[in-house]
Amino acid sequence: MSAAPSATSVSSAPKRSLWSRLPVVHQLRQSMGLQRGMLIAGLIITTVFVLTAIFAPVLAPYGYSQLRDADGAFGAQQPPGGSHPLGTTVSGYDVLSRVLWGAQTALFVIIVAVVLSIFAGVFLGLVSGYFGGWFDRIMVVVSDAVYAFPSLLLAIVMSIVISGGKSNLIGGVFAAAISITVVFIPQYFRVIRAETVRIKAEAYVESARVLGASNTRIMFRHVLRNATRTLPLIFTLNASEAILTLAGLGFLGFGIEPTAASEWGFDLNKALSDVTSGIWWTSLFPGLAIVLVVLGITLVGESLNDLADPRLRGRRAVAQAAGVVAQTSVVPGGTLAAGPGGLGGLEDAVTLPSDGLEAGS
Amino acid sequence: MTSVTTRSAPPRALGRKKRPASDGGIGRYILIRFLLIFPTIFILVSMVFWLMRTTGDPITAALGGRLGPEQLAERISAAGYDRPIFVQYIEYLGQIFTGNFGTTISTNRPVSEILLTYGLATLELVFYSLLVAFIVGIPLGMVAAYWRDKSPDAFLRVFAILCYATPVFFSGLLFKLVFAVWLDVLPVSGRASTGAELQMQVLPNETGLYTIDAIRTGDPGVLIDVLQHAVLPALALGLLTAGVFLRLVRTNVIGTLGTDYVDAARSRGVSEFRLVRKHAYRPALIPIITVIGLQIALLLGGAVLTETTFEWKGLGFMLSEFLKARDFVAVQGIVALLAVIVALTNFVVDIIAALIDPRVRY
Repeated sequence: MSAAPSATSVSSAPKRSLWSRLPVVHQLRQSMGLQRGMLIAGLIITTVFVLTAIFAPVLAPYGYSQLRDADGAFGAQQPPGGSHPLGTTVSGYDVLSRVLWGAQTALFVIIVAVVLSIFAGVFLGLVSGYFGGWFDRIMVVVSDAVYAFPSLLLAIVMSIVISGGKSNLIGGVFAAAISITVVFIPQYFRVIRAETVRIKAEAYVESARVLGASNTRIMFRHVLRNATRTLPLIFTLNASEAILTLAGLGFLGFGIEPTAASEWGFDLNKALSDVTSGIWWTSLFPGLAIVLVVLGITLVGESLNDLADPRLRGRRAVAQAAGVVAQTSVVPGGTLAAGPGGLGGLEDAVTLPSDGLEAGS
Repeated sequence: MTSVTTRSAPPRALGRKKRPASDGGIGRYILIRFLLIFPTIFILVSMVFWLMRTTGDPITAALGGRLGPEQLAERISAAGYDRPIFVQYIEYLGQIFTGNFGTTISTNRPVSEILLTYGLATLELVFYSLLVAFIVGIPLGMVAAYWRDKSPDAFLRVFAILCYATPVFFSGLLFKLVFAVWLDVLPVSGRASTGAELQMQVLPNETGLYTIDAIRTGDPGVLIDVLQHAVLPALALGLLTAGVFLRLVRTNVIGTLGTDYVDAARSRGVSEFRLVRKHAYRPALIPIITVIGLQIALLLGGAVLTETTFEWKGLGFMLSEFLKARDFVAVQGIVALLAVIVALTNFVVDIIAALIDPRVRY
């Protein structure tokens, strides 16, 4: 804490301290009223989720694939109560333990998927937007094609490729993560490319070039640093989508085997037949876990998006004073337009700079 | 005046060569946009082909455990999977072009036949879901914009996020549990009860769209039965999209409420309710039309999950059945067809958007 402000005070006095420039902290200070409530609620849920994932081995009463303890087998479809507060599944697993362990799988998949897609997407977007030309054209057409396609179907195809449709142990988790990665790359690509094309025309890039900076240096030092302001937002959007895609894959039977790890979508798939006979606890709890986590992350993402858009920030009076302001929000329609189908509203953000490119070339 | 010129624009753009350079011309836009369909379909189909083939040939995948090595080799060479992959690729592209999506391994039926039979069921589901999405999403979005930052707005925004945060199969399971099992007012699964299905099967040339078939039987009981079966799947899938629409309408209505012409109307004493209802509403709908194109992809993905949850025998249900059977020819066929559908819908949506809003044109 103490090191951060001193480091910044050396570089320049009027700059805000590093602490307040951290992505979420800054927005939290900026927010007010309802928006602040939503942001805080989202942050709390997300924190609880992350902590649950980390401490799942401590919190869960049993292992995720445990079928019996010292007293014998758990028994299938036991109603909640006694030693199983949330009951047991049709295969005889403890529902509470499966739900808690599931957080770990979800977090792991989110991290792998988002990190991989950020690296690939940011790199491709940067190179494509900076150099332009035929490579850029092809990349844009390909990413548009992939982007328009139902992401779940793409993830299914990918998981067939990676694991042949069967997953086991850690490989299954990676297969799911990589399947989701492929779906996300076009989204990062589009955003970063659009930003790169815009920044490329800025005066400071021009002057860096005049000073003789190499393309690599300009790309990573001048363009990349300025193009990443939207990343935290897309990160939150994709994290929630990653959970939904993982659950969807699991629900269709492409998930992770119950002996390898616990996965909410898979559990819901197994609970499908339970519902008809009125057994509610096997589906309700894994489902609620998915809803809560996605809700938490989306609340954070949506608040960040609104705070980035002056027209939606703050109260009515402020918004009216702002009038028609240049669209700074990453997702013009709001994050929900960017729901499971992808970042819907990004369409607009991308067309503008690409028009500029047409004129320039 | 303006409406006359826009209407006469398409023939002029297509017919005469001389026209002002600034006039983009809707005809030219449609042409370019139409030509763009082909690379999109080509890329998706190629991608699916190459990705699926990296796992090996489909026959080994489907029958690997069940047949001996010799029989397997025989089946593979009979189907032509032992030829160079590039030859197979070219042949596959040619087949797609002529509408041939291959023959399934598990049931030995042409994929195109499956698409025709089950595609209509999916179409019906998607139609009802869009209906739910419109009826729920658009009015609620306007309500949220009207009471901006008040409690109804806060409530509706959380509702919208919940719509999106709930996986369709989970909301489907909950609906099933509450309405079909506990309250017992709606059927658990399927598209119609057996009696109604039998009645529809005897129709001379059944359309496959149950709603239309049910009307044609002339028996109100059949129609009610079919509609009852559609309620829960349509709700589950529709609410997902409704959340997106709600959010979009809210943002756009708020955006238009801040524009000059709305200010002008407000200063003339137009009530705030009328401003939302009459002035800000229509321009706010334009982005929705654009977004519907993207929602189609979402709806098709969601349809796979919804159909599996409700055993609604459509494309998505069949897709998950074929996935279980590891019949990758069928999977590839269905995925390729969905790619074509997505590309075509996006084309139509873009054209409609361009007709409504001239700024969209190239």
